[in-house]
Amino acid sequence: MRKDIILCGVGGQGTVLASRLISAAAMARELPVMSAETIGMAQRGGSVFSHLRIGGDADCPMIAKGEADLILGFEPGEAVRMLPYLKPEGQVVVSSRAVMPVTAALSGADYRAETMLDYLKAQVRNLVIVPTEKALAEVGSAKVLNLILLGAAVRSGALGFSEEEMRQAVLTRIPAKFHELNLRALEWAK
Amino acid sequence: MHQEFLMGNEAIARGAIAAGVNLVCGYPGTPSTEVLETVAKNRPEDTYVEWSVNEKTAMEIAGGAAYAGARAMVTMKQMGLNVASDPLMCLSYIGVKGGLVVLVADDPGPISSQTEQDTRHFASFAKLPVFDPSGAQEAYDMVQEAFELSEKYGTPVILRPTTRVSHGYASITVKDPEEYVKNVPEGFVRDTGRWVIFPRLSYQNHIKIEKRNRELSDVFSDSPRNYILPGEGELAGSRKGIATGGFSASYALEARRKAGAVPMLKIGNPFPFPEKKAAEFLRGMDEVLCIEELDPVIERELIYVCGKYGLKTRILGKMTGHMPTAGENTRDSVTAALRAWLGLPAEEQTAAAPPPLPVRPPVLCAGCPHRASFYAVKQAMKGKKTIFCGDIGCYTLGNAQPLDMVDTCLCMGAGLGIAQAIDHLEPDTSCFAFVGDSTFFASAIPGVVNAVYNQASFTLVVLDNSTTAMTGHQPHPGTGRTMMGQIVDRVSIEKVLEGIGVETVETVDPLDHAKAVETVKRTAEKPGVKAIIFCSPCVVLAKPQGRVTIDAEKCIGCRKCIREIGCPALSFDGKKAAVDPAQCTGCSLCSQLCPVKAISGGEAHA
Repeated sequence: MRKDIILCGVGGQGTVLASRLISAAAMARELPVMSAETIGMAQRGGSVFSHLRIGGDADCPMIAKGEADLILGFEPGEAVRMLPYLKPEGQVVVSSRAVMPVTAALSGADYRAETMLDYLKAQVRNLVIVPTEKALAEVGSAKVLNLILLGAAVRSGALGFSEEEMRQAVLTRIPAKFHELNLRALEWAK
Repeated sequence: MHQEFLMGNEAIARGAIAAGVNLVCGYPGTPSTEVLETVAKNRPEDTYVEWSVNEKTAMEIAGGAAYAGARAMVTMKQMGLNVASDPLMCLSYIGVKGGLVVLVADDPGPISSQTEQDTRHFASFAKLPVFDPSGAQEAYDMVQEAFELSEKYGTPVILRPTTRVSHGYASITVKDPEEYVKNVPEGFVRDTGRWVIFPRLSYQNHIKIEKRNRELSDVFSDSPRNYILPGEGELAGSRKGIATGGFSASYALEARRKAGAVPMLKIGNPFPFPEKKAAEFLRGMDEVLCIEELDPVIERELIYVCGKYGLKTRILGKMTGHMPTAGENTRDSVTAALRAWLGLPAEEQTAAAPPPLPVRPPVLCAGCPHRASFYAVKQAMKGKKTIFCGDIGCYTLGNAQPLDMVDTCLCMGAGLGIAQAIDHLEPDTSCFAFVGDSTFFASAIPGVVNAVYNQASFTLVVLDNSTTAMTGHQPHPGTGRTMMGQIVDRVSIEKVLEGIGVETVETVDPLDHAKAVETVKRTAEKPGVKAIIFCSPCVVLAKPQGRVTIDAEKCIGCRKCIREIGCPALSFDGKKAAVDPAQCTGCSLCSQLCPVKAISGGEAHA
């Protein structure tokens, strides 16, 4: 298997953990993995990304434009920002909820999720929009967007790992007291 | 041997442990920090680990350990090497007994640094061999080779990853514990002719160092770290080739897949430069494109080799405008440069232009006490002639609108010097220097001594959040815990300042806004050097569970809370202010400034 996956969002949304879970699933299958992500100042509310390259035949952990099989967007605008990296027939799984930048709140500039989602709908054939508010309310926690998106990615088929493989990754990589909540989030999209 | 998925910095740490490292010290700095943290997490019982107060001290400790025959590693970012350059330059002349690896992480971009300086240059300036890894596996292998080389030649050796090497992850092959080297230090052996630096000794050692480096150039020419890949397919026997090193080598390898497998020279030891290997490559080439980040180090060396060996090969790169002179390379930029140079058409982008994207500059976290500290000083000094000198840390982000409270930022501790200078030149200006707690210990204390002695007048504001926040919460002398897990007496910032002779030292909670403003007003008026310590823990560590709520009935939509403090948890829905409960920590700064008391809850500070 060869998969190039980009996770993107805003610092603090949990992209890194989601990236680790996919890596763990790949390692469990003994596939070579490389990844690269934003660490440092940009984590304080800036745009963040994680590149994941699974399977052999790669020399560099970074993904080039037009190469990603899957973009997992934790925020609509950030998914649009990363869209040039998507393959022509690639899959996008995106959260419906916008995260307002402080600059927009200050200047009163208009930033709306709908504008970004409309652009994605026009550009991407394989698009799954996760209704984030509804999903978080049903799972009962504001902190599990990453597992909800992972679950949706599993069901899109583009992740390349089964729900059982992701369950195992959760069980091995996340402390036991959070298992029940995270597994519920993973299964939300069923 | 087994496979593990490791970050480049983790790989370096694990490689050092496999090499039997006895002592690791350093000062935190992105992108180097995780090296020492990983050693601390995985250290064998008899390995000593510490976060030192700054890089100079760390370099001296690591050097001392190597004097005693220990294998030692000192870690820092490239800016830190400037601080540590005094002991390093001298260590270069004195040499070591045990292996000493100087881990310096460079930051092309720069992503989290003040400069784009290139440690490969520093290596040649200091006359020290350097390893330049292209990924996590090579970093793991190179750190072990660096220890061996250091011991064999009695010299410190630099290992220089860049951000993408340090922070990239890969599944790599690592040793099992049974395969680790076990190093038992011999101990310090008294030998004044060896360990006491004097002009005569430096002269003698200088001769030896130059001779050794000529030898190392040949050693590196024969090392698999410096290799030639022949051209493939249509490009077999091509007289155009590329030269690369560091993380750019991984971009170059990928670009060869897309644009054609041209012959490639990979440099893993940029100093002493493997001249013979380079000459072997250049002899078959009419033209060579250099793909590297930061300075044109390989490019200059190749031009030198051409001159020395009488070769006519044209060397292209940053100095000829074929590659960008600043910033990071990317997969796409390297592929595009290679295609253009090979005369291939550029790859097309066909997608419709996206709508305007949100700009997301990094900001102080919701609930960050620095926001409250800056706001208190701003309110207290309104209408007065002031200068606010910032420093290095999360609090550099106090420059952002709407706080706009950082007039200068240079390097660790420099705000104190700048504030003193402005005071001497413009006595009617009220000068402030803001410094974090970790930065205070690392590099602000001499600045305070200088100001007190030389009769400067300014207000020192210590932003004490009880951690080194920006780099991921490392302990420092004010936190009362060490990397060896000991609970120790805190070094008191108050007592340090009092000991120096600062007569006014006020400690106040910045989240109590009225009291904070009053303290600033009262303190700033006093003559001489005076200090305010804003003491409140970093919210990322303390994780306060409070939340404020906004009463939509009472909110008049004046947007004062948004305009004044720029908290990322606050937004405006067009009519009323709203708070994001996922981000709010209940610091209550916003509720303290709301003119109609529409915001309630959170901590009771006012």
